Amino acid sequence: MTSLTRRSIADREDVLGVLMLAPSLVYVILLVGVPFSLAILLSFSNASAGSLRFEWAGWANYGAILGDPIFLRALRNSVVVTVGSQALVVVLATAAAQVFRATFAGKRFARFVLLLPWAVPVSLAAIAWTWIFDSTFSVINWTLKAAGLMHGWLYWLGDPALALLAIIIVQAWRILPFATVIVLAGLASIPQEVVEAAIVDGAGFWRRLFQVELPLLLPVVAVAVLFGVVYTATDLGVVYVLTGGGPANTTHVLPTLAFQRGILGADLGQGAAIAVFLLPFLIVVAVAMLRLARRAEIGAR
Amino acid sequence: MKLKRMALYAAALAFMVFAGFPFYWMLITAFKQNRDLYVGASDVKHIPWIFNDPPTLEHVRLLLGQTAFPRWVLNTLLVVVAVAVITVAVAVPAGYSLARLAGRWGERLGMGIFFTYLIPPTLLFIPFSRLVALLGLNNSLGALILIYPTMTIPFCTWLVMGFLRSVPWEIEEQAMIDGYSRLEVILRVAPRLIMPGILTVVVFTFTLVMQEFVYALTFLSSVDKMTVSLGVPIALVRGDVYHWGSLMAAALFTSIPLAIVYNLFIDRFIQGFTMGAVKG
Amino acid sequence: MAGVEIRGLEKHFGDLRAVDGVNLSIREGEFVVLLGSSGSGKTTLLRMIAGLERPSSGEIYIGGERVDGDVPPRARGIAMVFQSYALYPHRTVFKNISFPLEAHGVPRQQIEEKVRWAAEMFSITRYLDRYPRQLSGGERQRVALCRALVRDPKVFLLDEPLANLDAKLRNTARDDLKRFQRQIKTTTVYVTHDQVEAMGLGDRIVVMERGKVRQVGTPQEVYEDPVDTFVATFVGQPPMNLIELRDASLPARTLVGFRPEHFLPRSAFAAGEGVRTFRFAVRRVEYLGSDRYVYGSIADGGNPDTTVIAKLPATVALAVPEGETHEFAVPTATLRYFDADTGLRRRP
Repeated sequence: MTSLTRRSIADREDVLGVLMLAPSLVYVILLVGVPFSLAILLSFSNASAGSLRFEWAGWANYGAILGDPIFLRALRNSVVVTVGSQALVVVLATAAAQVFRATFAGKRFARFVLLLPWAVPVSLAAIAWTWIFDSTFSVINWTLKAAGLMHGWLYWLGDPALALLAIIIVQAWRILPFATVIVLAGLASIPQEVVEAAIVDGAGFWRRLFQVELPLLLPVVAVAVLFGVVYTATDLGVVYVLTGGGPANTTHVLPTLAFQRGILGADLGQGAAIAVFLLPFLIVVAVAMLRLARRAEIGAR
Repeated sequence: MKLKRMALYAAALAFMVFAGFPFYWMLITAFKQNRDLYVGASDVKHIPWIFNDPPTLEHVRLLLGQTAFPRWVLNTLLVVVAVAVITVAVAVPAGYSLARLAGRWGERLGMGIFFTYLIPPTLLFIPFSRLVALLGLNNSLGALILIYPTMTIPFCTWLVMGFLRSVPWEIEEQAMIDGYSRLEVILRVAPRLIMPGILTVVVFTFTLVMQEFVYALTFLSSVDKMTVSLGVPIALVRGDVYHWGSLMAAALFTSIPLAIVYNLFIDRFIQGFTMGAVKG
Repeated sequence: MAGVEIRGLEKHFGDLRAVDGVNLSIREGEFVVLLGSSGSGKTTLLRMIAGLERPSSGEIYIGGERVDGDVPPRARGIAMVFQSYALYPHRTVFKNISFPLEAHGVPRQQIEEKVRWAAEMFSITRYLDRYPRQLSGGERQRVALCRALVRDPKVFLLDEPLANLDAKLRNTARDDLKRFQRQIKTTTVYVTHDQVEAMGLGDRIVVMERGKVRQVGTPQEVYEDPVDTFVATFVGQPPMNLIELRDASLPARTLVGFRPEHFLPRSAFAAGEGVRTFRFAVRRVEYLGSDRYVYGSIADGGNPDTTVIAKLPATVALAVPEGETHEFAVPTATLRYFDADTGLRRRP
């Protein structure tokens, strides 16, 4: 034991606090903060991966990509995929949460299965879906045809519109478990007595759902949506594996295009500029989450 | 009442099918003989959802014997262990410090650190590619070991903070009254109390490393250096031919331990995501 | 308006018999209090009347109609106030109170009138536009009562509504509640563990223990005429003294009970009064302002380990020094006798 009478450094909570916090702060500042600023700086530069030179290029990169139809398409795709998939997720997750809050036989197994899309690494899920959407062997096509619902043929990954739809489906599929679990937790945190009061007051299932439960669920659903937006908008794996950005650069999203131009094409400046367009998504999300956190603080009092 | 019950089961089944059929498909594909597998989908008479011929282990054998898959598993595990050690060593003290020693601004700072989790790899990989080249870590697992903690530390610090909120601080204060210094409390008393939190950190790191694709894609180029998440979709290709059977086997083997782990730790993760606003 | 009739009601949770055969007849307009400690089954009983729990067996009638089957809460004509008030946090006070009316399809004009009427009753009209989180505990409680009142229910069910108020508020709230019930005359079933509350509010008290009803009676009956030792010691603060006396005139295994306020120094009684005297070994005296509590044991024929309490009002100023034995007495008419084994009351 340390000396029982004198205060030593082992007692200095302020010193200890700083010491224990320091490594993570260093890590975050050096390896997140600095690269982050660097990324923005690079977007204004002429840098390439080959040499170490760094020339100021002003708005040149931005000018270049804003005039590039492929970039504009990628930007549009990012928005479409993110909004489309998350809209699907919100509806499906709220429904799934209602189903999975009830008790029924085999619920644990059902929950296990429901969680699988989230547990699987993105790239592996994507490769599996590539196989599912394969133009010759697609099991979806087979099922649709066998059920008599399809008479032509769906070249999923070969057709720009279908490919984008496929991407939306995969993104919704993999985010659904995450959102469902969050909504379920939210449902569980609604005080039991408030729901019972609604029952006693005479509200039937639908009125209870729309007028009591969903409004109280809003902050939780918002969290699920916000994370879903971040995960989808910044994701590279699904698109890269499924389509590689094709056919003919029609299904690029911002991350994959940034990778193609910045890493594969070694044009760091342009790659950075493309990636910077992800920031609006993130800022909106961060602000919304801060608001939610503050509201939770007030409400809890 | 009965109708409601049936509708409930039908809905549960529908969700299960939607979520699970790709895995069932993975399972079937991994063990189907090639001639049962490569039948054009326009042939409606051949049912792809079942084993028409007896299952086979040839794809698994190929995966384990003739591809670099075992090597990738080893690489991945190496990275997992290294990153887990770094994360625990850095994030746990940080979380403790913010929760116990930092007072009011601890909460704010913790949130700030948490928000860096939102900065995506697909923005940072551009400057990182420069940094990695500078450090001579190109095409090495060292690059991943250096960079993955930037993803794990923010979230895990927040996780530990949240966890500590549920551990009563009176136990530590009692220990200090009984004669321990704060440092001794940290080294001797606290670890036992926050062990579940530490475990969650390790598990989260495990899942994150196993799932990560972008940095692996950016920094690893040779096949023998790859991680599972990178190698399987990119390098399990012979010429132009995808060996779907082996591919799906690999995907399946990787998914199962992750799924089991996720199910066990899901509540803890959710607490982290909802910033403690919702009890898991 | 309606009475509540309960016959043979039981509720099992696995092996646990939360409610174990309850028969109760509540008259129309009566204020009945279910009194008991936690685990006594009082809340479960209330929730079964409300329809939030299904009975394992037995029957419940509200206003003469049987409701224990599948009749949902909204069809039973009941209103309930929960311990936590269970206000809808995302709705204004007005919308909280109007919610049950909306659920029953009452036209907008009438809703407006009824809400204002109820708010007037409880003087919360100025809070109508606020949110629950902006109100104090007492104000929230009144909103909860408004919400219950507004539907003109046949029966009010209240689950420890005063438990979350601080002590000072509780007294005034109790008074408000009773006056209000007298005014609207709706049948009320009220659950509490606080026997002072029960005595103050109830027309009749139902004392419950471990799922069974021990006694039903007016506060006076329950206090002065308890049917067993449980009721005798549960009601009344400090509890009734129960001692085993070595007395040949009493049957074996008899407990003698007397309330602390009847246990006074012998000299406090007139010479000829019919009293039973005891030699009281005084251990400790607590001075509490309006009363003095004297702790000790019966010296002759009593068990020295059994603590006996005397409650002396401030009007009895006689000195009672600690550590001495004094002559105390109890009016014989207030003595109660119980069987030591069954706890049941023995009537002479």
